[in-house]
Amino acid sequence: MSMAGPLIAFRKAGKTFHVDGRTVEAVRDIDLDVARGEFVALVGPSGCGKSTLLNMVAGLFQPSAGSITYAGTEVVRVNLKTGYMTQNDHLLPWRDVVGNIQVPLEIQGMPATQMRKRVASLIELVGLTGFEKSYPAQLSGGMRKRTALARLLAYDPETLLLDEPFAALDAQLRLNMQIELLDLSRRLNKSVLFVTHDLDEAAALCDRCVVFSPRPGTIRKIITSPLPRDRNLIRLRHDPAYQALAAELWDLITPTLALTRGEAG
Amino acid sequence: MRKAGQSLRLNLMRCALLVAILLTWEMASGVVVAEFFVSKPSAIGRALGSWLAGGNLFFHIGITALEAFTGFFLGASIGVVVGVVLGRIHILADLLHPFIIAFYSLPKIALAPLFILWIGIGIGMKITLTATVVFFLVFLNTYTGVRNVSRELESIMYLMGASERHVLTKVVLPSAITWVFAGLRISVPYALIGAIVGELIASNRGLGFLLANASGQFDTAGVFAALIVIMMLSFLLNALVRAAEIRLMPWKSAESQREVTI
Repeated sequence: MSMAGPLIAFRKAGKTFHVDGRTVEAVRDIDLDVARGEFVALVGPSGCGKSTLLNMVAGLFQPSAGSITYAGTEVVRVNLKTGYMTQNDHLLPWRDVVGNIQVPLEIQGMPATQMRKRVASLIELVGLTGFEKSYPAQLSGGMRKRTALARLLAYDPETLLLDEPFAALDAQLRLNMQIELLDLSRRLNKSVLFVTHDLDEAAALCDRCVVFSPRPGTIRKIITSPLPRDRNLIRLRHDPAYQALAAELWDLITPTLALTRGEAG
Repeated sequence: MRKAGQSLRLNLMRCALLVAILLTWEMASGVVVAEFFVSKPSAIGRALGSWLAGGNLFFHIGITALEAFTGFFLGASIGVVVGVVLGRIHILADLLHPFIIAFYSLPKIALAPLFILWIGIGIGMKITLTATVVFFLVFLNTYTGVRNVSRELESIMYLMGASERHVLTKVVLPSAITWVFAGLRISVPYALIGAIVGELIASNRGLGFLLANASGQFDTAGVFAALIVIMMLSFLLNALVRAAEIRLMPWKSAESQREVTI
């Protein structure tokens, strides 16, 4: 494995689904390299196949055209180097908050005392103190999201595949989670693929931002962020470089809005 | 959550309704309908009392309970195991599908004569009959439950590095347990059917024998008394299943206590 090469490489990758006799081409001709430790945001209209790309990096299914390699190896089965967090939190309804967060630790076979400590610190990190014994059905949408994030952080995967992870959170909490995520990904040199509909969020977090066309999704433009890797998210609003980046994203996305209006989700 | 006062009032009203029914029955018997057909609560009470005094009521209850509970436990255990195995191994399930449906469509009671040929008319026959009836109900429910496990949840687990065993114990079994209990709950009366029918066909003990014996002597009060005891046994088995359900699925009670929001 060469450290110099990209961590994730899409080569002419495409995916076509066959549903009820209909053929839907989700993405086409994707060429993209993601370096180790890089934070890449994926933005574009609904249904342009951003989630499909994450699924393929995770190895949940294979591209129907082209290839995807991870650390120099083609992804053909479940990719254990990646951690996935989707729009849906996918918590286990029969486990309380603590039980859900410790699932990956149980799988790793971590000793019970160490596991308790780790889970306690994660619960504090995501601000769920006092809800340790609550079941998912008793939590709000935001709290479920935070539980899912804590579970993702618990098993500490090399690459984070995040599909609108903060969409359900209120503004303050979202900012807090963004700060935590950015700090964590920098400190531990995590690679992040971050799908979002929130262009300001994409501009604030990314090293590079990939803008997609409507379905079948193709890459329209890749923008490299002018912001430093070490950035202060709270002060960002007043940064002209950030404002220019967000504005550029808006200008790219708005013309395609008319095409996808009326298409749900 | 219902308030304590409300639930007390509900229970009082239930008692009043029961008393009213018993009183109407008592007075209508012999006036509107011949006592021979419907007996009357006081006579049924006397029949129960004499069985209790005779001391062999508990013997008969014990026999039927042993058959029903053992058969229930056996059938349910095998049903869960087979349901999980076929639910996970799709090729096996596809292979066996027509055979299972063929057996399922057979009324299990019709197997009783075969079981008598094989194992005689003792307790074993009633247990086997009960277990067969319960097996199919629990098996089909477990199978459906295992097949309904969210594929997304499984994928998330595999991404965490889970083995097949992890997925089974952490996702598949807890997820299917709701269905298992649905199967167990509908199986309770059928467990009693297996035991009682077995006793009706061939037996000299148990509640089914008591029932058949009273009927043979045109003792309507005895028939009703036996039915009441059978009902109580079914009630007990039901309560046991319910208690196990609350104990094994704490998240369900948490969900039902949640305030409804949209």
